[in-house]
Amino acid sequence: MNLSRRRTLALGAAAAIFLPRIGWADATTDAIAEFTGGADLTEGGALKLTAPEIAENGNTVPIEVDAPGAEAILILATGNPNPDVGTFHFGPLSGAQMASTRIRLAGTQDVVAVAKMADGTFQRASQEVKVTIGGCGG
Amino acid sequence: MADNVTPRVRVPSSASAGEDITIKTLISHPMESGQRKDKEGNTIPRSIINRFVTTFNGETVIDVTMEPAISTNPYFEFVSKVPESGTFEFTWYDDDGSVYTESKDITVE
Repeated sequence: MNLSRRRTLALGAAAAIFLPRIGWADATTDAIAEFTGGADLTEGGALKLTAPEIAENGNTVPIEVDAPGAEAILILATGNPNPDVGTFHFGPLSGAQMASTRIRLAGTQDVVAVAKMADGTFQRASQEVKVTIGGCGG
Repeated sequence: MADNVTPRVRVPSSASAGEDITIKTLISHPMESGQRKDKEGNTIPRSIINRFVTTFNGETVIDVTMEPAISTNPYFEFVSKVPESGTFEFTWYDDDGSVYTESKDITVE
């Protein structure tokens, strides 16, 4: 194949634009698969994810998860360079399987929570958060 | 070790037996994500707290795995059972191996 300098540049630019997007979507799916071990997800159920619809500052977005009967809850930010946010593991002394924290969001995106219930099933909830100023620096 | 790391924890000083109490924790830490660049365009290396554990009399209440997407000065709010009088131990694990701890006593009336 005979690549001119212009074509090479164009290819590189195209790859730079498209590859990260594919990467992000896959990374989210991978992270969920790793957490669930490939088990089926049911939407909603006992799991509730509370996040603001609009966050002015992506550096600190308050979120809350609540899933009565959950063993662990995984949080993902699908639009971040790395979708992992954190995992809450609830111990025997946990009074209620809820927790709130503050997270960083790079831009407007879906925040996803996946709960592992005590009976071994998995539930998923997501919410879109519109971010005015992204929180990844750069 | 990041400078000026100060844990702050709010736990009620007393509770009735079997009551669920809400605990709030905050620790001052920059949580450098590893995504940012300095003025010269060099990536600032990641430096975060990657794990937070709360136990009560040795039993786990909550164990949190943290990634760079947790905000500066990580804040957590959660609920714990209090079966008897005892001590809450809070432990934060830094990327650089530092461990920050805080403990709070609670009396069951």
